[in-house]
Amino acid sequence: MKFTIDWLKDHLDTKLNDEKIIDKLTNLGLEVESFQSQPSELDNFIVAKIVSSEKHPNADRLKVCEVDIGKNENVKVVCGAPNAKQNLITVYAPPGAIIPKNQMKLSVSKIRGVTSYGMLCSEAELKLSDESEGITELSGNKYESKIGKNYFSNNAPKVIDLSITPNRADCLGVRGIARDLAASGSGKLRKINSSKIKSFGQQNLKVQIKKEKNQGCSAFGTFLIKDVKNKESPKWLKDKLLSVGQKPISAIVDITNYVMLDLNRPLHAYDADKIDTEILVRNSKKGESFEALDKKKYVLEDNMCVITDNSGILGLGGIIGGTRSATEFGTTNILLESAYFHPKSIRKTSKSLNIDTDAKHRFERGIDPNSIEEGLLVAANLIKKICGGTISKKDIQINEKFKKRKVSFPVTKLQSITGFKVSEKEIVKILDSLGFKITKKKKFLDLIVPSWRPDIEQEIDIVEEVARIIGYDKIKTELPEKVRIKPTLNKQQKLFHFLQRSVASKGYLETVTWSFTDSKINELFKEDKKEIEIVNPISSDLNVLRSSIFSNLIFYLKKNLDRDFKDISMFEIGPIFTGYKPGEQEIVLAGIKSGLASRLNWIEKDRKLDVFDSKRDVMQTLHEIGLDINKIKIDTKTPNYYHPGKSGAIYQNSFDKVPIVFFGEIHPNIIHKVDIKTDALIIFEVFLDRIKISERKIKDMKSKFQYSDFQKSERDFAFVLDKSFEVQELIKIISDVDKDLIKSIRVFDVYEGDNIDQDKKSVALNVTIQSTNKSLTDEDLNNLNKLIISSVENKTGAKLRS
Amino acid sequence: MSDIIKIKTEYLNKLKNVSDLKEINQIKSELFGKSGKISDEFKKLGSQNSEERKKISSELNDTKSELQNLIEKKIKDIEINEINLKLKNERIDVTLPERTFNRGKIHPVSQVIDEISSIFSEIGFSVEEGPDVENEYNNFTALNTPESHPARDMHDTFYLDKNKKFLLRTHTSPVQVRTMLKGKPPFKIIAPGRTYRSDSDQTHAPMFHQVEGLHIDKNINMAHLKGCLNYFIKEFFEVDKIKMRFRPSHFPFTEPSAEVDIGYEMKDGKIIIGEGDQWLEILGCGMVHPNVLKNVKVNPSKYQGYAFGIGIDRLAMLKYGINDLRAFFETDYRWLSHFGFDPLDVPSSYRGLSR
Repeated sequence: MKFTIDWLKDHLDTKLNDEKIIDKLTNLGLEVESFQSQPSELDNFIVAKIVSSEKHPNADRLKVCEVDIGKNENVKVVCGAPNAKQNLITVYAPPGAIIPKNQMKLSVSKIRGVTSYGMLCSEAELKLSDESEGITELSGNKYESKIGKNYFSNNAPKVIDLSITPNRADCLGVRGIARDLAASGSGKLRKINSSKIKSFGQQNLKVQIKKEKNQGCSAFGTFLIKDVKNKESPKWLKDKLLSVGQKPISAIVDITNYVMLDLNRPLHAYDADKIDTEILVRNSKKGESFEALDKKKYVLEDNMCVITDNSGILGLGGIIGGTRSATEFGTTNILLESAYFHPKSIRKTSKSLNIDTDAKHRFERGIDPNSIEEGLLVAANLIKKICGGTISKKDIQINEKFKKRKVSFPVTKLQSITGFKVSEKEIVKILDSLGFKITKKKKFLDLIVPSWRPDIEQEIDIVEEVARIIGYDKIKTELPEKVRIKPTLNKQQKLFHFLQRSVASKGYLETVTWSFTDSKINELFKEDKKEIEIVNPISSDLNVLRSSIFSNLIFYLKKNLDRDFKDISMFEIGPIFTGYKPGEQEIVLAGIKSGLASRLNWIEKDRKLDVFDSKRDVMQTLHEIGLDINKIKIDTKTPNYYHPGKSGAIYQNSFDKVPIVFFGEIHPNIIHKVDIKTDALIIFEVFLDRIKISERKIKDMKSKFQYSDFQKSERDFAFVLDKSFEVQELIKIISDVDKDLIKSIRVFDVYEGDNIDQDKKSVALNVTIQSTNKSLTDEDLNNLNKLIISSVENKTGAKLRS
Repeated sequence: MSDIIKIKTEYLNKLKNVSDLKEINQIKSELFGKSGKISDEFKKLGSQNSEERKKISSELNDTKSELQNLIEKKIKDIEINEINLKLKNERIDVTLPERTFNRGKIHPVSQVIDEISSIFSEIGFSVEEGPDVENEYNNFTALNTPESHPARDMHDTFYLDKNKKFLLRTHTSPVQVRTMLKGKPPFKIIAPGRTYRSDSDQTHAPMFHQVEGLHIDKNINMAHLKGCLNYFIKEFFEVDKIKMRFRPSHFPFTEPSAEVDIGYEMKDGKIIIGEGDQWLEILGCGMVHPNVLKNVKVNPSKYQGYAFGIGIDRLAMLKYGINDLRAFFETDYRWLSHFGFDPLDVPSSYRGLSR
């Protein structure tokens, strides 16, 4: 909502200066977006200096000038003026500027093969004088310091631009704003002097609102004004509209616009001679169409509120008029409309047809239903004054009577919500100045809500009105109590934070990427999950919700590889989506690592990353978040984007069906498809929501501290067994031999090749044996030795390697 | 000259020139071995009369200890020399680079979420979460924003179905609805998380982060709201004083509603929070609208309280001098390394929010 201070003063008698008014508006909740002069076309013209001037290579009379326009880079301008010399200060017009003399719009153009960006202007071109011989010469003393600044000063009055929240329909007119300011003590609201209308005869153009279901119009008022002479608006009216950036059209249209901006009362003027017989306001039928004033043809659905005559549709009520009945300079008889349309109906229609107009914006938020007559009067008077003519008696058709809204307000409510006390007297004064009708009733105020405030329905609305007029600086600052009743984080949330920092501490950079992604990349990681499309994506490469975090990580990995980073470790923890309903999502931590484990380092050999780097990071992390590593199980059932032979799935318990982790090398096809060049690429995923965490605290879970000081012994074994036999199982068999004595098992060699059958491998293990209650004798150790060998041989078919 | 003096002179001379451990050990055994020269002299003592014995034995003992001390000293010297030589040979240039290590980092958004949680934890808020995909009811209708409400247009919404029933939440406020529907008052929660709006330019990203706050109890009023936010802003920016301004505004789900500005000034191109006479809009808040309470089955005549919503990314930008919102989500390795936080740097009240 734009207006000037002068315009405001039409309604507000105030002594406040501009700054104070701006402050007051802010404190009332009318947010001031800006307070500056309306930009003018002349703002384009800039003081500039010719840095160098050379002869045009293909034209004797032209010059190519390097011009300093106060920006980082100079611009190149082709100029024919004889006085275009080095160091001359002059006026520059960029492409897009309109030259005052001939109203020509400049564009970047090639002049005899040299591209010219804009133009250096003569005084004649700027309409400063008749001097057209050369370009404008500005005095160095005065203008040297102004290079890059506007040449013309903008003397247009400063415009206040308010961002009006959707509840304040009443402030979409200058008068409403003045009323708020007056209520806050910033001045006095002036009376509107609507001089009486001398009316001649009946309004004899029949208007009717059709009684039907979903009728969007509840009242429709008209004047028939005859024998007018439509013309250009007088200067005061033009200036007023121009000052807020509206384009003057003709007196009749300008007057309706002016009344709308001034009083928040949208009006519409029809050329009465173009109306076929009579007006009927009714619901549209699907397929009906008309051409609107924006020159577009609209095809309507059922139940849109339309203004019609016997030939069809004239316009969409409260949204936009039609070309068929539009007023023109030749118009002599007009029908002036002032009506009330239901906000819901307006909103539905305009959304469905995708039309936004000033009238729609206002009706959608709710117009004062009691302003129909006032609007007609003010506009008709202006029309008569400017265009002459005779005004008929008014005709107001009413389909549905406006009910006054009443609120019974308990005075104590104000303090209970705001925390500060206001006397009843003060409350009454404020509400009165806002236009409420007040009856005191013990501890209540019975209020009749002003008709221009459709947003006020209940007690809390009254609290807000009083509070904002008094000012929010009256609210005290009550220091918060430092009391905690509930733990800040639950177990799952703690796990999230722990996991996040645990992985980061292993050298991974945390990133945050969009929850959406490119369906083409997502396809690679989606497996059999549903694709969740966004109906209105921001761009076609962010068109689905991600099924995997890798859809984004791989994309950004590639970008960073392209930046010449080679060894990259990144992770993200966040949602992936499995369906389009709330809750069909899962928190995943996904890590990705590319390149070499060690690169170009004097002390270590270069080594490519492999699955066991990924496994180390995962296992250490699982340890750190407190999982019992002895209980987990690993198998090789991994998603299709993992290397089928170099990846694993981890289950929290050996009996679990759903894995909590995948780790491994990425499938070579993915690297190929995404077109990535790297030495190696390993990935892992931790599915947070699948990890079962004990409800017990660590203090309740710690077992007794037990240790043994008896002698430890170590024994080495090497077994030859089937290649496909998993070491995980071998270790389990050995450790099951005697869980008390066998403290740890290390695998220190795996060998395939010479001296071993082709389908076999040799696994060498070191077993640490220790008793908690005695020193083991050689005999004890030998027995255990034998037991280990026989158990392994029996259960796996392995042979001790000799 | 007695034999003893002869031996002494001879060996003192010999020892002078010896620098080899082997030779010294040779001398040692020549003197003190089973049939060493000194040992022999001791054996001879038995054949002397007592007076002579006394005299010679004293002389002999002196000589023995003098030679022994010298030998021990020599051995020690040589050993020290040998160790020194060995160490000298083992010397390495320790200014050579160490074995490779990688520094991981926590994303500023995560760090700031932890900072925020730490602050609100102190005054008794717990953390709640809700899904990114919401239904239209929780995101709008329950929050007093029915379909016919123009405020819906203020949110550019991503929809997941043609009927506009399912969407990406446009704010964290639906967590209020979920929290209140599943529990009983009082409520005192914050809800940080991802939020989505379909606009994208230099200052808007299609995804961003918000933290919602909600405190509902029997006597919570706007003074508590102001106190809570004042405390938060001060703690978050780690300043002693903060200039703060409450401006009336409008959100369908709170009434009275306010926008909160904080004072700042520019110094050497950097924003200094808390001073100066410029205002920066930082959050929206208000008293929870009775219609919202009714929608979530909380009796508005018994319970009341406040809610607020803060842009997390913006807080991070202001606190840590980050200029470009979109850079948060572009995963530039250089940016992540530059603005990321050490994983051990966990914000907490006793250690301070940030280093």
